Amino acid sequence: MDADPKNDPTYPIKKRTNEEHKGYTWERPTQQFVDIEVLHSNERPNVTAVFGTSTPPSGLSGIIRRYAFKFSENHYGHWLPLILADRINVMEGIVDDLKRGHIPNIFAERGWNAEWKYNRKAAVTKIAAGLALTALIVLKISKKSK
Amino acid sequence: MLATNYRGPFRVRVDQKPYPEIMHPDDAIVRVTRSCICGSDLHLYHGLVPDTRVGMTFGHEFIGVVEEIGSGVTKLKVGDNVMVPFNIACGKCAFCKQELYGNCHESNSQATAVGGIFGYSHTAGGYDGGQAEYVRVPYANVGPTVIPEGMDPDDAVLLTDVVPTGYQAAEMGGIQKGDTVVIFGAGPIGIMAAKCSWLFGAGRVIVIDHLEYRLEFVRNYANCEAYNFRSLEDPVVFIKKTTDWMGADVCIDAVGGDAAGNTMQTITGRKLLLQAGSATALHWAINAVKKGGIVSIVGVYGPTDNLVPIGNVVNKGITIRANQASVKRLLPKLIEHVQAGRLNPKGIITHRVPLEEAADAYHIFSAKLDNCIKPILIPPTART
Repeated sequence: MDADPKNDPTYPIKKRTNEEHKGYTWERPTQQFVDIEVLHSNERPNVTAVFGTSTPPSGLSGIIRRYAFKFSENHYGHWLPLILADRINVMEGIVDDLKRGHIPNIFAERGWNAEWKYNRKAAVTKIAAGLALTALIVLKISKKSK
Repeated sequence: MLATNYRGPFRVRVDQKPYPEIMHPDDAIVRVTRSCICGSDLHLYHGLVPDTRVGMTFGHEFIGVVEEIGSGVTKLKVGDNVMVPFNIACGKCAFCKQELYGNCHESNSQATAVGGIFGYSHTAGGYDGGQAEYVRVPYANVGPTVIPEGMDPDDAVLLTDVVPTGYQAAEMGGIQKGDTVVIFGAGPIGIMAAKCSWLFGAGRVIVIDHLEYRLEFVRNYANCEAYNFRSLEDPVVFIKKTTDWMGADVCIDAVGGDAAGNTMQTITGRKLLLQAGSATALHWAINAVKKGGIVSIVGVYGPTDNLVPIGNVVNKGITIRANQASVKRLLPKLIEHVQAGRLNPKGIITHRVPLEEAADAYHIFSAKLDNCIKPILIPPTART
């Protein structure tokens, strides 16, 4: 009898009705046909009624992602392998590009046109630093080979 | 069709991709006429969100024209101009029934902590997003809302996320008449939260950031005080001092995991990924709010852990409220605010960029170049 809905820390975000307190049931929407691999959290019993179909797991990163989904969202064993898989996936992306005969223009992908246009001083500094570092490495290697 | 293509941290390009298909009776295909880059897209772009897969199309803020509908779609017809909330919500589950549309239980298989979001990693459902010419929109009877006649499309596109998130940040703050509200972050969400705080009766609104051009912008746009934390010795002491040494009634974290301002947080959160982003803004919010005050969080963090002074939350009796904005719940009210002129969303747009130049737009927004506040992407099909 002391319950005041407005004292609920979730008020007014949660629209309280008594109905939901009787139990959580709902008529599930029609299930989207599962024709690709969809990893699902082990904190739920099933794949959701709809799901995204972007980039299913594949390659080494996919193997790691499948492993990650053996663990719950409560576990580092879930999230840390996913981060590792993301980084490996970047390498896989470059390999895929090359396999398709596409050399990725990493400068364009990183927005260097904009950097050159709006932040030229920093762009020049970065290019100079890159060139200096490359020159240093080349020099070291050539000295070693002699 | 053209669509953004994530290639790894700080790398995005625009490629030809297959036209999306109807995959469920309640799907619609929408031809995108405007999409935005959101501050939270930058968390993806910076590689901070786990299970962000190479090849994905980003973009959760978009409007467009319905091109195709599934057999179960009754509330939309081909040719409708729609704004599409960033939340993918079934409208039937226990959470949707409580109008918690950001927490739908039937739209994200990969994680139970968040509902489905367009173009926001597989941790948010693995849906391709709207930074493209076309996009698949699930549950088309629930989320998409026909844009009212006469509404500027630039206003409409900002009603899909920025305005509702800023508004809900203020709403979750439980602002009472005369309250002092401190907002950490002068990005689009912080700017909108500052503007909306007045609608709830705030007596004083203070924004904290470190980018002068954004502070200047928010001062003018939201008619509030704005301070650069780089010129304050300690932002928490500053807030205490300016509130009779009590602390703010309400603090809003509108930054999330990309926060600057604390070297240790930056190194562990943003560089080494030892925590789910840098929690500097949240740390300051907890310490700057008064005892018994409210901290409202709309800044996005990753799903693992963050270093925050939780002991102070207990000892000060702070209430923390947080959620992804429930866009559908808020839209009717916010459309009214825009139509009445109380909110002017399009006023925050600073950059209009062809979709094909998305990589440059991401870099401009991420590196805060050219006084960027909010970039929008225009697909070629919408430019003719």
